[in-house]
Amino acid sequence: MANNTKNIMIVGVGGQGTLLTSRILGGITVEAGYDVKLSEVHGMAQRGGSVVTFVRYGEKVAEPIVEEGQADLLIAFEMLEAKRYAHFLKKDGVLVVNEQRIDPITVVTGAATYPEGIVEELEKEYSVLKINAMDEALKLGNSKVFNIIVLGMAAKHMDFSKEDWLKVIEKTVPPKTVEMNKKAFLLGFEGAY
Amino acid sequence: MSEVKIMLGNEAIARGAFEAGVKVSAAYPGTPSTEISENIVNYPEIYAEWSPNEKVAMEVAIGASISGVRAMASMKHVGVNVASDPLYTISYSGVNGGLVLVAADDPGLYSSQNEQDTRCVARAAMVPVLEPSDSQEAKDFMKYAFDLSEKYDTPIILRTTTRLSHSQGPVTLEERCEPVDAVYERNPAKFVMMPGNAKLRHVYVEQRLKDMAADACEMPINKVEMNDTKIGFITSGIAYQYVKEACPNASVLKLGLVHPLPRKLIEDFASKVETLYIFEELEPVFEEQIKSWGIKCIGKEIFTVQGEYSANMIRKAILKEEVELKPAAQVPARPPILCPGCPHRSVYSVLNKLKIHAAGDIGCYTLGAVAPLSVVDTTVCMGASISTLHGMEKAKGKDYIKNWVAVIGDSTFMHTGINSLMNMVYNQGTGTVMILDNSTTGMTGHQDHAATGKTLMGEEVPAINIFHLCKSLGIKNVVEVNAFDIVELERIVKEEVAKDEVSVIITKSPCVLLKGNKFTTKCVPVPEKCVKCGMCLKPGCPALTKNADGTISIDQTMCNGCGLCKNLCKLGAIETVEV
Repeated sequence: MANNTKNIMIVGVGGQGTLLTSRILGGITVEAGYDVKLSEVHGMAQRGGSVVTFVRYGEKVAEPIVEEGQADLLIAFEMLEAKRYAHFLKKDGVLVVNEQRIDPITVVTGAATYPEGIVEELEKEYSVLKINAMDEALKLGNSKVFNIIVLGMAAKHMDFSKEDWLKVIEKTVPPKTVEMNKKAFLLGFEGAY
Repeated sequence: MSEVKIMLGNEAIARGAFEAGVKVSAAYPGTPSTEISENIVNYPEIYAEWSPNEKVAMEVAIGASISGVRAMASMKHVGVNVASDPLYTISYSGVNGGLVLVAADDPGLYSSQNEQDTRCVARAAMVPVLEPSDSQEAKDFMKYAFDLSEKYDTPIILRTTTRLSHSQGPVTLEERCEPVDAVYERNPAKFVMMPGNAKLRHVYVEQRLKDMAADACEMPINKVEMNDTKIGFITSGIAYQYVKEACPNASVLKLGLVHPLPRKLIEDFASKVETLYIFEELEPVFEEQIKSWGIKCIGKEIFTVQGEYSANMIRKAILKEEVELKPAAQVPARPPILCPGCPHRSVYSVLNKLKIHAAGDIGCYTLGAVAPLSVVDTTVCMGASISTLHGMEKAKGKDYIKNWVAVIGDSTFMHTGINSLMNMVYNQGTGTVMILDNSTTGMTGHQDHAATGKTLMGEEVPAINIFHLCKSLGIKNVVEVNAFDIVELERIVKEEVAKDEVSVIITKSPCVLLKGNKFTTKCVPVPEKCVKCGMCLKPGCPALTKNADGTISIDQTMCNGCGLCKNLCKLGAIETVEV
């Protein structure tokens, strides 16, 4: 049952929009006629903490979580979180990482140090796609859509059509933000990253 | 063809309530149960409310059921403790219209103060429990629960867990049924639980459970999937999915009714498999009962009572598969923290400076326990801050608490804090209570309550005024102050804790994430004035980072411009700019 199931993880810092991103991902798999399960984090854990959501799709999906060593695709909105969850990737899994650094409170207070050279290190072990999506989002004039740019980039590694993605984005994001989100998605999807 | 929609477990529970013809729903928000009510409110056929606490919510649902309609209450597992008083007794009375309590457990403690198993409460209260395994079942079981409730004249608990409530999966939608309201007839022997009546109802309740246990062997929600008989599993809920993932070919008895247990069905299944495993998250509820019947099985010998389960647990413990895993990287932890611009941070920065201890409560402000704020010393349950402070005073005398305050949020104050404050006044306490009023139930994602002026269904109503409420208790010292005015706040705190009387300090500043609450400024550093003293970094705002040279940077996408860092800097090395 597990063999043809695709396992995707989205990791980041609470408030970075992992929920919205996973809902778009869930939407596109349903659009394509797959069975799908998503698992999210709500409540206290969301408050600036490390958050992870799972998306699994295939013919028939049983468990809603992705376990260690099983992720086909890991989408990380922050570098430290990429490192924290990289071991969830399969051997031939792909990591898409947003090169943003957000210091956890343990670093701010001096109790821990933010590791240097995270992406370079991950590149040695995994197939890595990187982008500074925050810079790109600011160029678009809205820092909040950086996550959709990263999703657009990750979408290049999935078998769904551009039209379907745009349709699902239109259905999922708040009406006022549809155009901005579509623009952000296409930037990631069609950009030379 | 009927419509298929991808739904969160909680959304599916709400849909089930709708399709079952529920007319009244009451709840108090609590992760992971909150989205049930937030979705129910989308069905105008259902009256839905946020009650001030779970006991009230349960009683509202009970009243609706007695009057003859289908009714429900929903809450997190610890909320069931608050509601347990009415629950234990309505179990005796039974119902008129169907009555369902949705209880959301939190294995793994994603957002809770303990990891209790509602099945244990249900056994003690003699209330039957259903447990779905995915979103589709969450909806279907909800409808079935109402049928059972009416058939067996009992309240039913639908138990969910964080993983189920917050997972999404496809659900086939059906029409709402409109059951005819049950006729209300005065029946004191059933609905007035005084000793003589309750004694007789207890006999009924015991028989009811026996009948259900016997009938459970035939219930469609208890399913036997016979495959390879080498290994057999008895499981339920989300744990079933892990079994299917790890051992798709094993035989499984999937329990949908998890209390009472179908003994005959279990004995029969056990006799057909070589090795029987009991795979249940949290307490060994099935296991202890099954072992007590003399059935050989393996459960908590190899599976933990703590946290969530997974398919890998089965692969390792039963299949002895060497699951080849890379070790997790050693990286700095990222615990949850208060948001940039959170008024609680401002309050705690003052308390930290004054070296004041806080008896804490349940909400975002519990995060004041962790470094660098490190102000909150205790957290027990909803409303406990004020009463625990009072207990300290009665144990050690009024001088002992001169460097203590109780901190409690507005929603938690309305939940049960008000009772504790009445007690402090009545029993001549002298404590200082800080109500951190951010105009919402913050932690669970912004739900209204009696002091916000808006109901769950969106109606504008008169807001209960917390200031006047405290005044009405006869408290002389009630002060309101802006949480970000740290100079004034410091003066007030010093003054109030010194008094030999009850004081209430209400810090009134809305949650930074609350809709419509937009700061119009951002904080920016002025490096040439910076002497690298680190004062601004003390409250631990995540938007601030220390540069290699000791000066600071402020992340402009994170900063909400609250100005706390600016106010802490005596040298003008941080400015606010309009945006």
